[in-house]
Amino acid sequence: MDIDPDDVFRDDEDPENELFQERDSTKEMLVYLVDASPKMFSTTCPSEDQKDVTHFQVAVSCIAQSLRTQIINRSYDEVAICFFNTRERKNLQDSNNVYVFNVPEREELDRPTARLIKEFDSIEESFSKEIGSKYGILPGFRDNSLYNALWVAQALLRKGSAKTAEKRILLFTNEDDPFGNIKGMTKMDMTRTTLQRAKDAQDLGISIELLPLTRPDDEFNVSLFYADLLGLEGTNLTQFKALVGERFEDMKDQLRKRMFRKRKIRRLKFIITDAISIEVNTYALVRPTNPGTITWLDSVTNLPLKTDRSFICADTGALVQGTPKLFQTYKNESIMFSTDELSEIKRVSTGPLRLLGFKPLSCLKDYHNLKPSTFVFPSDEEVVGSTCIFIALHRSMLRLKRCPLSF
Amino acid sequence: MARNKEGLVLVLDVGPTMHAVLPEVEKVCSMLVQKKMIFSKNDEVGLVVFGTKDTNNELTNEVGGYEHVMVLRNIKVVDGNLVEALQQLPRGSIHGDFIDAVVVGMDMLIKKYGQTNKGKKRLCLLTNAASPTKDPYDGTKEDQVNTIAEQMRAHGMKMDCIVVRVTQDLDVDKKILEENDYLLNAFSYKSSTKTVHVDSPTSLLGALRTRNISPVTIYRGDFEMSSKMKIKVWVYKKTSEEKFPTLKKYSDKAPPTDNFATHEIKVDYEYKSIEDPNKSVPPEQRIKGYRYGPQVVPISSAELEAFKFKPEKSVKLLGFTDDSNIMRHYYMRDVNIFIAEPGNTKAIVAVSALARALKEMNKVAIVRCVWRRGQGNAVVGVLTPNVSDKHHIPDSFYFNVLPFAEDIREFQFPSFSNLPSSMQPNEQQQEAADKLVQMLDLAPTGKEVLRPDLTPNPVLERFYHCLEVKSKQQDAAVPPLDETLRKITEPDPELISQNKAVIDEFHRCFELKENPKLKKSSRRLLKEKPTGSNEEGLGSVAVQAIDAIEYTSRVKVEKIGDLDPVQDFEAMMSRRDGTEWVNKAIQDMKNKIFDMVENSFEGDTYHKALECLVALRKGCILEQEPKQFNDFLHHLVKFCQEKDLKSFGEYLASHEITLISKKEAPDSEISEEDAKSFIVKREPKAEN
Repeated sequence: MDIDPDDVFRDDEDPENELFQERDSTKEMLVYLVDASPKMFSTTCPSEDQKDVTHFQVAVSCIAQSLRTQIINRSYDEVAICFFNTRERKNLQDSNNVYVFNVPEREELDRPTARLIKEFDSIEESFSKEIGSKYGILPGFRDNSLYNALWVAQALLRKGSAKTAEKRILLFTNEDDPFGNIKGMTKMDMTRTTLQRAKDAQDLGISIELLPLTRPDDEFNVSLFYADLLGLEGTNLTQFKALVGERFEDMKDQLRKRMFRKRKIRRLKFIITDAISIEVNTYALVRPTNPGTITWLDSVTNLPLKTDRSFICADTGALVQGTPKLFQTYKNESIMFSTDELSEIKRVSTGPLRLLGFKPLSCLKDYHNLKPSTFVFPSDEEVVGSTCIFIALHRSMLRLKRCPLSF
Repeated sequence: MARNKEGLVLVLDVGPTMHAVLPEVEKVCSMLVQKKMIFSKNDEVGLVVFGTKDTNNELTNEVGGYEHVMVLRNIKVVDGNLVEALQQLPRGSIHGDFIDAVVVGMDMLIKKYGQTNKGKKRLCLLTNAASPTKDPYDGTKEDQVNTIAEQMRAHGMKMDCIVVRVTQDLDVDKKILEENDYLLNAFSYKSSTKTVHVDSPTSLLGALRTRNISPVTIYRGDFEMSSKMKIKVWVYKKTSEEKFPTLKKYSDKAPPTDNFATHEIKVDYEYKSIEDPNKSVPPEQRIKGYRYGPQVVPISSAELEAFKFKPEKSVKLLGFTDDSNIMRHYYMRDVNIFIAEPGNTKAIVAVSALARALKEMNKVAIVRCVWRRGQGNAVVGVLTPNVSDKHHIPDSFYFNVLPFAEDIREFQFPSFSNLPSSMQPNEQQQEAADKLVQMLDLAPTGKEVLRPDLTPNPVLERFYHCLEVKSKQQDAAVPPLDETLRKITEPDPELISQNKAVIDEFHRCFELKENPKLKKSSRRLLKEKPTGSNEEGLGSVAVQAIDAIEYTSRVKVEKIGDLDPVQDFEAMMSRRDGTEWVNKAIQDMKNKIFDMVENSFEGDTYHKALECLVALRKGCILEQEPKQFNDFLHHLVKFCQEKDLKSFGEYLASHEITLISKKEAPDSEISEEDAKSFIVKREPKAEN
């Protein structure tokens, strides 16, 4: 990576920044798996400009928007776009009714490019001609387009290790009962193999997320089939709500929110008392977006330049090797600090978050603000009982109009 | 004379009633001088103390009076000697007269600077104002204060008064306090004097602005309500983070004989072509490239200039909304304050009317601001009213920057009420939480502790302290965090002990345990340090986070020391690099407890022993070793009876230490009733 000079002068190891900045050390590998069955084209919802928009259009426009965000904010993420229930087929496995959309100079699962975004924007015009819509699960045939789609998606995600990348399949569909028109043994068989396919993918560390499209009068019944596929049980099942959008804009908005993976800044121990520490996750919900880092190019060749940084002694002009010590002028002397000493100075507390007590909300003035806020949400992942304590304290504070003070 | 240099006289009360807070006075004043030596080296500072037995000042020689006021140092450029003098303030034995001392300080400033250096002369009075002032020769005390204030104004002098009253029950006449406060108030009205009341040593450290930052407007101009209605306003920064100083890189290349060596290091960047690494590309041949996916788009500075947004300087009202629509967590940055143009009555009235209307109707104003012409980014923010309760301070607004759509990430979280019932607190738990929130009160009866404007940043304080230590001894280790500052990073032990019952009840009501479904290897938060695993995309950040949590256990503990046995015990119990550590920890802890009880003198170690016992009990439950603890407790109680140490038995009983029951650890053979009655049963015997 090239070094941006502005970046170098920033404080390298400010512990506060750690809490504040979101650092994404892993990239995401994402397959947009879009149902292209006739039902996706025949179901519509009204939009702001009074035109009816099909569910297929909703899905496509969400993905287009998401690609635009990704290419700027998280351009190292890799994506693939895959339609199923298609007339044509295009995939490495040569499975029926599955079409992987791609553009030249790009692998099927790769970083988004300008060309991908551009051509995907006009997909609706070319879709019926080049890809076509056709439901792939029919009585009397052994074809199972959903099974094939999962299989292709899983194969796409074979690239890279699950340890360094987060792998996800986002499934857009409005069909809650994919094997509804199949009867008897064949149905059971198809259901079983499809569920097994999904489970295999999940076992490999791939998460499958369902983005069901629906209409208010025709609810998406997740318990018909998808609850099993997603492994939803009990409370998770009742919590799972289909996207019910009256209008296209609402639906798009809801989809957008769900497509974003919640990224933690980090997990913290919140010390309530000497004996009780609960587990919380922190999230950056509000952060200033900047235009991104720059890379210096040679204006003649447009090729990137290599940046060499060197330390030069201001007195002698000699090159200084290694990490220099730091100093502060004080009493006409140079007082030296090693980086270890500086971090020791900055380490003034034992834990990252420790409760000091509670104050009335009125003590928190409008001018008590320095930086954007960080969202704190409890988690029971490692310490069971954390959420319960958090909820109890949260309710008490709401009722008593108090805010906690922590260091 | 440097134009921006400040002349300051510190006027410090060192009388008997001040002795308790003098250590903090020494710290805050030396910090002030230290920072001056770094950030404004040319500033001049004088030092006056009062309440001393001796008298030493020019006025007493010239006109008499002014007793018990000592000039420890005339106004001089700041240096290390002053820091040292401030660190060893004399302890006075007389109740001093602060008015006398202020006059002495004022006289010093007048003699030194005369009419020059206007607005850069400052007095800083630090007292508890608990001693009576003398009656003047003629007129009333108030007349006297007015005369002094008049003089201050005429000479362009400012004064900061810090009134320290840590305990309310000072053995002094209420009347005197009232009179003194009245007189100090008179200063505020008649001259540019700021008075701060401080009630804890921690706040004292933050009460004196140790770094002088002259206020600079970031905007002066119209606040446009509409194209026809404009209000003249000035905008200042209200809050701004004081950053950790940026240290320079040190070069040792200069010969030691070179006394003028800067020892600085310049950072040099060279841009080289990829094709020919030996070829350096000159700046004019470079072009900025912006990443778009895997591609890089070159954009020349001319192009950048062409599409750069160049707005005109302006502050425009966009509209009003209910204050409930603007969430507190939208605030993006440090805060500005909008005031009406000083001296412009129309503007003052307009701002005041608007502020009061907003407050009355619970509304806020949304404004679009471009502070300077051509500033690349316009900001949209919210104005909230700041209605003044003092008649000589006009109303104003606070301004907070709001986010744009790109700055907000809408992650979805389940509502607490939708979470499964196992996570919902029951009535008893909720009650315990209510109590905790109510009792750990940091603002009892309106007296707020840790007020943001009086609470210093412990990291900065520690850095400057360390700097001073190192200036005397270069290889000195980083000193520990000051005790007074510890009150900022940790809960106040007094508050905790006062509310022990509430906290204990809270502990009883809630239970925390490790998630049993998690594999041992991935269990990190409570136990081990990860070995660089990368779970959940946290990567290096997570590792650092855990490091910070488990910072104490990073050094592998191999035995339980005397300093912090509980911590050592816990660290040893959580070692996972061998199975023997748990047993060793338990055994060591038992021995430690025995030693403490046996060697106690009038119960002086009982408290510590109890802490260890509690930790041992907890550890044995966690590790499923109830028998180890139960046997030990039997043994210990028996031992106490035999060795005539019944007081420890009673001590245990009063703190309700019981055996570990079946309920807490399935392996235990003790029923819950038996566990509870254990101490009680023993008691009659212990009293034999």
